[in-house]
Amino acid sequence: METQRIDGPGNVEDRSEIGQLNSGTNLGNRYLIQEVIGVGGMGSVYRARDLHFPNVVKLVAVKEMINQAPDPLVRQTIVQNFEREANILATLSHPSIPRIYDYFTLDNRSYLVLEFVNGKDLEVILSQSEGHIAEEQVLAWGIELCDVLAFLHGHKPDPIVFRDMKPSNVMINQHNHIVLVDFGIAKSFQSGQKGTMIGTEGYSPPEQYRGEATAQADIYALGATLHHLLTRRDPRLEPPFSFAERPIRKMNPNVSMEFETVVNTALQYNAEDRYKTIEDFKEALVNVGRKTGLLNRINISSPTSKSVLNNDIKPVWAFQCEDELRGTPVLHNGVVYIGCYDNNLYALSASSGEFQWKYPADGGIVSRPAVYDDAIYFGSEDHRLHAVSIRTGKLVWSYYTEGRIRSSPRISDNHVFFGSDDTCLHAVNIATNREAWKAETGSEVRSSPFIVNEMIYFGNEIGDFFALDYRGNIKWRFKAKRSITSSPCVYDNVVYFTSMDSHLYALDAKSGWLIWRFRMDKPSIVSPAAVDNLVIAGSADGHIYAVDVKAAREVWRFKTEHQVNGSPVIYKDCVYCGSVDGYLYCIEYKTGRLRWKFETKGPITGTPLVYDEIVYVGSHDHFIYALLA
Amino acid sequence: MLKFIKKIFGRNQQTAQQALDNVVTAPLSDAQLQSIRTITVNHYEPPQFLVTSAQSVGRQRELNEDSLFTLSTTIAGHSSNAPFGLFIIADGMGGHQYGEIASNTALRVISGYILKKFHNSLFNIPSMPVEESLQEVMSAAIMEAQRVILNEAPGSGTTVTAALVLGQQLTIGHVGDSRAYLLYNDQRIDAITRDHSLVRRLEELGQITAAEAAVHPQRNVLYRALGQGETLDPDLSTVPFPVGSYLLICSDGLWGVVPDDEIKKIIFEAPTLQRACQNLVSAANAAGGPDNISAILVQSLG
Repeated sequence: METQRIDGPGNVEDRSEIGQLNSGTNLGNRYLIQEVIGVGGMGSVYRARDLHFPNVVKLVAVKEMINQAPDPLVRQTIVQNFEREANILATLSHPSIPRIYDYFTLDNRSYLVLEFVNGKDLEVILSQSEGHIAEEQVLAWGIELCDVLAFLHGHKPDPIVFRDMKPSNVMINQHNHIVLVDFGIAKSFQSGQKGTMIGTEGYSPPEQYRGEATAQADIYALGATLHHLLTRRDPRLEPPFSFAERPIRKMNPNVSMEFETVVNTALQYNAEDRYKTIEDFKEALVNVGRKTGLLNRINISSPTSKSVLNNDIKPVWAFQCEDELRGTPVLHNGVVYIGCYDNNLYALSASSGEFQWKYPADGGIVSRPAVYDDAIYFGSEDHRLHAVSIRTGKLVWSYYTEGRIRSSPRISDNHVFFGSDDTCLHAVNIATNREAWKAETGSEVRSSPFIVNEMIYFGNEIGDFFALDYRGNIKWRFKAKRSITSSPCVYDNVVYFTSMDSHLYALDAKSGWLIWRFRMDKPSIVSPAAVDNLVIAGSADGHIYAVDVKAAREVWRFKTEHQVNGSPVIYKDCVYCGSVDGYLYCIEYKTGRLRWKFETKGPITGTPLVYDEIVYVGSHDHFIYALLA
Repeated sequence: MLKFIKKIFGRNQQTAQQALDNVVTAPLSDAQLQSIRTITVNHYEPPQFLVTSAQSVGRQRELNEDSLFTLSTTIAGHSSNAPFGLFIIADGMGGHQYGEIASNTALRVISGYILKKFHNSLFNIPSMPVEESLQEVMSAAIMEAQRVILNEAPGSGTTVTAALVLGQQLTIGHVGDSRAYLLYNDQRIDAITRDHSLVRRLEELGQITAAEAAVHPQRNVLYRALGQGETLDPDLSTVPFPVGSYLLICSDGLWGVVPDDEIKKIIFEAPTLQRACQNLVSAANAAGGPDNISAILVQSLG
């Protein structure tokens, strides 16, 4: 059934479906409602014209509060409290507090008529701004807020606690000065029933939840407001009292250390650890301005602590090849094997780096070899898979594909599995040196297969990802938007890989269902590594990322100076990963803190190998290095 | 002989080489071994979910503001899918207008949204893959419920804990203080959701103990709920749901009065899944039944 409006315009009780006054309503025979300018928990705020001034347009803000208490006695008390507080507010005279012109109650609604502030509140300003708000601007607003809070806290006979400091309650007027717009006056309209939400989740201090509202609470909430303004991280989206977990300078490195320290002090969990008074808070903010010169708009950037973290790391040994090392080493029986772009596979003593032998292929070697029994297996740009005796360094047999081999061989159940630019994944029987089967995928396979539970996982260059069984049948297939050059890893029945479409993917290993995808800033060819419910990968955006495997949230990211194309490896409590900036980074995987870095003279695009406290890594500077882990 | 020794030696090296991949292993406990044996023996085809639920208004409320939803499908045969399950509990906020409407709306919007997304994958020929990830679908469903509640029942609020299960992957979307638990074969019980409640937060910060939290006057205060506040950031996570284990989703009417250990005891000692679920609700009522009680119990067979 269609409902029809029966009450005409101009009626005092002319309300929209959700109970708001319609524009054109004449409220209390004096205020002509123009439009809704805000919605609060208790009712709406309107812009209205005061009709007592017929010859000029005098705009006011009308705040409506709906009395929802069912008990008449309670309702009466609420109205009395409202009027008492309105009386107090009406006596306040401060440039940052809107003047109160009038208040009245009609039926179950009470109205407060205030000075209309032409401007935007800080929440709107935050949401409309791109990037961070300038530090000096936040500082200037902070000092003004301290001033007005000091005025309230110093009120006689009783101090006034604002109780609801947050960005949406602070207006910035046309002259870039702050105005506090929402006083705790509305608080008495809030019901305190079971299951209610916290008033202003995110900005209030812990003691406010014990029912205490003191000047200390305003100090905390102002700290929370400044934190939000500086970091753009909305505390209402975070667990309560978790500011310490979001250090300001981590979110916004442009903020000075001094400012961060002051805000942190205001945000202390225990009220006695914060500034004693709002005046102390203001003085600290003014000092930040003096020290940093921010108040003179002289932007002195804080001294960056140049990392003294070793350039003094000495390799255990280093061995020079004749061309770039793009591949990944493997260690077997005290010997390190690594392929080189000079076409050779090198065998070096793991302890001393002493040359044992080299085997020349007819093309560069960019993959990671695999050792099985007495032979080492690797593919080359020369289209061949080579099986070379590890004792003599002589070819035992080789296997031809129709394209270059960049995928690393994996050995399982007497077969060697690898991809080729001939678009196939090959399974070669080691005993017979013959093809067992090959699976055509439609594009080059440069991803190295991961084998677990008799399943073979890999991607190809048109972005298809495959799960094959041991006979080469497709169990499932998944499409990414761009090529998958990275090699997958399977952890807890979930397969992880990255793609040139900039995502890190998590798929159910059994069915191929996409569980989550994590967006990085640029494409990736980095093969992820997983440990302790973290999956670690990197991207051409220069970062190494650690992502929580359950919630798909970034736990940390580490910035290198260039693209990250090499893959990370985990050893003990650290992740080791190279970057095109030439450094090998050793990072604590739980925290993302740098433990050390080692500089080579060329990009590192291979994966390091860590074994027995030694890291082995090849660089485009032609060297393979052995470093203490 | 030399060859023989070498062969042994070579094998040893193979084991050593495993260490290069940093595989960390630890011996399994007896209970874990036992559970593996049990499962291996009782291999069940096709894999499926055994589902049951129970609800009670409790002993002190007149109105039931909880809502629950269960759906489980098995498609087995030539073209088989992993079993699909969707289980949701929403607990409307007391003291707010229309708590029961909010919880019911949340349930219908979320289940409707997810089933629409999966319809072409589960029931179409040819099966069309879902474009978004499981977590993206879950997140979008919850945001849609938030939008609808803000429009249709402004001022109301509800918790929601939704579990989307595909085979052995359990994806949880969660807001508020209803809970999901996993109970493993070796008799471990894990809460896999985190309450968005003030007391839970104070507890995490070490400000109050679990015992204090259980009797705290503000233990019902939430800092995140559907329909409340302009912003919403649901918790999303995906965890393995191993064969043989149980998933329990419940409102605080159950976990608020029945301790985890007792929940575990009731589930593992009951003769059937249905009885276990009924016994959980009875235990909450026996403890005073101060709030509405809802429980969904799922076992993964395979």
